[in-house]
Amino acid sequence: MVGQPVTGLPLLTILIALPLLAGALCLFVNANVARWIALVVTLLDLALGIYLWVQFDPNGAQWQFQEYQALGGGIGWALGIDGIALVLIQLTLFLMPICIGASWRSIEKRVPEYMAAFLLMEALMLGVFAAQDLFLFYVFFEAGLIPMYLIIGIWGGAERIKASYKFFLYTLLGSVLMLIAMIYMAQTADTTSIPRLMAFNFPVEAQKWLWLAFFASFAVKMPMWPVHTWLPDAHVQAPTAGSVILAGVLLKMGGYGFIRFSIPMFPDASATFVPFVFILSGVAVVYTSLVALVQNDMKKLIAYSSVAHMAFVTFGLFALNRQGIEGAMMVMLGHGLVSGALFLCVGVVYDRLHTREIARYGGLSDNMPGYALLFMVFTMASVGLPGTSNFVGEFLSLVGTYHASTWAAIVATTGIILGAAYMLLLYWRIAFGTQRNADAAAMPDLSMREWWLLAPIAFAVFWMGIYPESFLKPMRNDIGRLLVRVEHVAPKGDSLPTAGKPALTVIDAKEGHE
Amino acid sequence: MTRFAAILPEMILAFGGTVLMMVAAFAGRRGSALVSWLAVLLLLGATAALIGAPSHAGPVFDGLISSDLFASFGKAIMFPASAVAIIAAQNWFEHDHEHSSEYAVLIIFAAAGMSVMVSATSLISLYVGLELQSLAAYVLASYRRSDERSAEAGLKYFVLGALASGILLYGISLLYGFTGTTNFAGIASAFGRGAPSLGMLFGLVFLLAGIAFKASVVPFHMWTPDVYEGAPTPVTAFFASAPKVAAILLATRVCLDALAPATDAWRQIMIFAALASIFLGAIAAYGQTNIKRLLAYSSINNVGFVLIGLAGAGITGAASVLFYMAVYVPMTLGAFLCVLWMRNEKGEPLESIASLSGLSQTRPGLAAAFAVFMFSLAGIPPFFGFWAKLVVFNAALKAGLFPFAVAGILGTVVGAYYYLRIIKVMFFDEPGAPFGKVREPVQGGLIFLSALAISPLGYLLIGTLNDLSTKAAGSMF
Repeated sequence: MVGQPVTGLPLLTILIALPLLAGALCLFVNANVARWIALVVTLLDLALGIYLWVQFDPNGAQWQFQEYQALGGGIGWALGIDGIALVLIQLTLFLMPICIGASWRSIEKRVPEYMAAFLLMEALMLGVFAAQDLFLFYVFFEAGLIPMYLIIGIWGGAERIKASYKFFLYTLLGSVLMLIAMIYMAQTADTTSIPRLMAFNFPVEAQKWLWLAFFASFAVKMPMWPVHTWLPDAHVQAPTAGSVILAGVLLKMGGYGFIRFSIPMFPDASATFVPFVFILSGVAVVYTSLVALVQNDMKKLIAYSSVAHMAFVTFGLFALNRQGIEGAMMVMLGHGLVSGALFLCVGVVYDRLHTREIARYGGLSDNMPGYALLFMVFTMASVGLPGTSNFVGEFLSLVGTYHASTWAAIVATTGIILGAAYMLLLYWRIAFGTQRNADAAAMPDLSMREWWLLAPIAFAVFWMGIYPESFLKPMRNDIGRLLVRVEHVAPKGDSLPTAGKPALTVIDAKEGHE
Repeated sequence: MTRFAAILPEMILAFGGTVLMMVAAFAGRRGSALVSWLAVLLLLGATAALIGAPSHAGPVFDGLISSDLFASFGKAIMFPASAVAIIAAQNWFEHDHEHSSEYAVLIIFAAAGMSVMVSATSLISLYVGLELQSLAAYVLASYRRSDERSAEAGLKYFVLGALASGILLYGISLLYGFTGTTNFAGIASAFGRGAPSLGMLFGLVFLLAGIAFKASVVPFHMWTPDVYEGAPTPVTAFFASAPKVAAILLATRVCLDALAPATDAWRQIMIFAALASIFLGAIAAYGQTNIKRLLAYSSINNVGFVLIGLAGAGITGAASVLFYMAVYVPMTLGAFLCVLWMRNEKGEPLESIASLSGLSQTRPGLAAAFAVFMFSLAGIPPFFGFWAKLVVFNAALKAGLFPFAVAGILGTVVGAYYYLRIIKVMFFDEPGAPFGKVREPVQGGLIFLSALAISPLGYLLIGTLNDLSTKAAGSMF
């Protein structure tokens, strides 16, 4: 089957097993111990992840840290990562301790179960990115619904029941079609190994159906318009840390799915459906940005902005060229950090005033200067200010899109403008202006704990914006391999860039005479 | 003698059951615990006796029954499931001053009947086995004589069951009349001789309708919710597990052995029945407030998924049916054992879904186990029920039934809603009146074991189960 047998330390298994075991342990201890267990274990996992990053060889083999243990019956415990999976694993590991910290005080009831659910969630998310067996991937992908369902349903807001059902059933509906496609693929290619399937050429006619089945799942997860409606509900009702994980990591599974399955396994179908994806993404950018503009609820606004930002990912991915795909990956990483941070910012004021209504706040820069500063950093990052993470991603993704279709690029760019409009409006209404409400004016500034949550994200946002090479480097070869799969069908594009004819300079003219 | 060696498990059950009946009659109420444990031992003994000749002897008694691995696979599920049904009833009937000794004996006889059902390779032995199982089941359904609902359940089951037996017999007589044999192999060769006659087709339809009733397949499911609700809970647990396996395996053997050349004819029936069962089982469960009724619809829904595998036909199809049943039985028994533990402070059984509210706070262990069973029945990974569903869909896709598989899998989403509702009541709602303590360590152990078996740890069994079910399915062809 896949790759080599287990050699050395099964790092990825340890990475997944650690939170799993800690989660089980949490169920048997009291609230405070559970908090500490969760924090220590997520930090430990993060340390392991950093080790993984250091050990990863960007110029080495495509698949590294491979493990394989057959389970029989066509499923195996097959793990392994490439650069794309690596960076998404880093994102997950980075956000988890922050989520635990964000829940430190705001979650008061049933803490051990809460921590257990989060640790389980972490294990499953890591599993999704590390799985190299088709069905193992599906198991991790789907199983993630259970802890999230519980997190929204038990610790969520007033409308939590409806939101939890909507989240669960919506995503399940998308995924079951993918399962049928997976069974067909396993039968046709006679393997469940993802690396092998990525090199397998399915019949073109079958590819279309398979692509649509996978699209049903990933488009819901992403989420793309018009199947995004579960997201605002889920985001608004989930506790702060739940929203962070949803926006930060769960949505990235959709993009990861496209890049891991749809594009390399069904290249012909991907090319066929490029206009379809562009139209949906274009509608998403404009429509959801406009919807975000009129929201009164902070979380809802950020949720809609997530849908708009994810459209940049789909634009970039289906441009099927290097800039586009690299840009899409950078948007995913950047958005994971920034939207997570924005939800944390909402959580900070929500913990103090217990409302998410924008109108209840105002003038916070007076009484909460530290908060206003960090909030501004993340607002600017979300807008895509140069020097922040999102700029790199959005710019690359737009350049890629422009190569594929100028019209699509024009529509996508309006999203940047609209994005600036709704984010600046939000920041203005919350941080500036007069202080309308005495209780809002009396809120204390960030506590030490909250600084510890937000400052690392701000650091990462600048790192990614100023030196994106650290993140692009591990992915570069893998995106190159992906491009090889699709180069025969990549859209020609209508921008037709031609090399310019530089005007003759004096020196050139002299040389010309000689 | 070899042919008697081949039916050793059946003999153990038949003779043992008769002796136990005497013990029950003379020991009276005091002997009920003893009879129960002896019955459990008998069933375990019969399971152990499956090793050797009873699994490999092949056709015996002139092709009346076949002692092959396929039958043994079924028996290895059914006998332990019957034993669990006996253990589940411990101290249940005493609570309202009923005799419980006969309960165990009836289960033994039902098990003997089921054993004949899954081995039957002739229409005659098929009918005899089915009736032996059914007659015991009718009595079991109305076992709580003083309870009106139980009596009603028994009566309803009996009247409708008798009707189904009539239909079945009519189908059998048609097949016999038009093919001239009751032997499965003979019927298969008659069907293989070109296009089947109208009489043979009618016989096929009636035969399958009769079996569909026993397996509670839509549109012959009407009795299921009423009987499941009315019958005492241990009996319901029994109905939902072992007899279901017997009926499904019987259908599998009839379709893939006797009717194999007429696959196109019965496949349409199976496709309709599967989809109807999946969707009706899922949609009708929405409004239910009684947990036993809800699980009745869940069992209808699950049978629909098994039929998806059966429609796949061939060795893959048969193996997928076996695999599914092997996973289905611990799930459903576990769920019913949890229902059995739903009792108020006085020890009276509770059945409303609302009484489960906030269970995760009052009884976290029980709630977690129940949640595992619900997610698994819904087919949500990582629980083992998911893999069972994957296996049956694999069989259907292998046969090229794409639209059918897509329609079927959409049914899982419809069904997921009501399983989620149970989770919601247990985990999201505020706690209601706490349950009374149940002191049944054996049952608790069984709940734990079945939850463990269908937890992700069950995936370690995939290889073994796959090999066994494929081998067992192969033994039939």
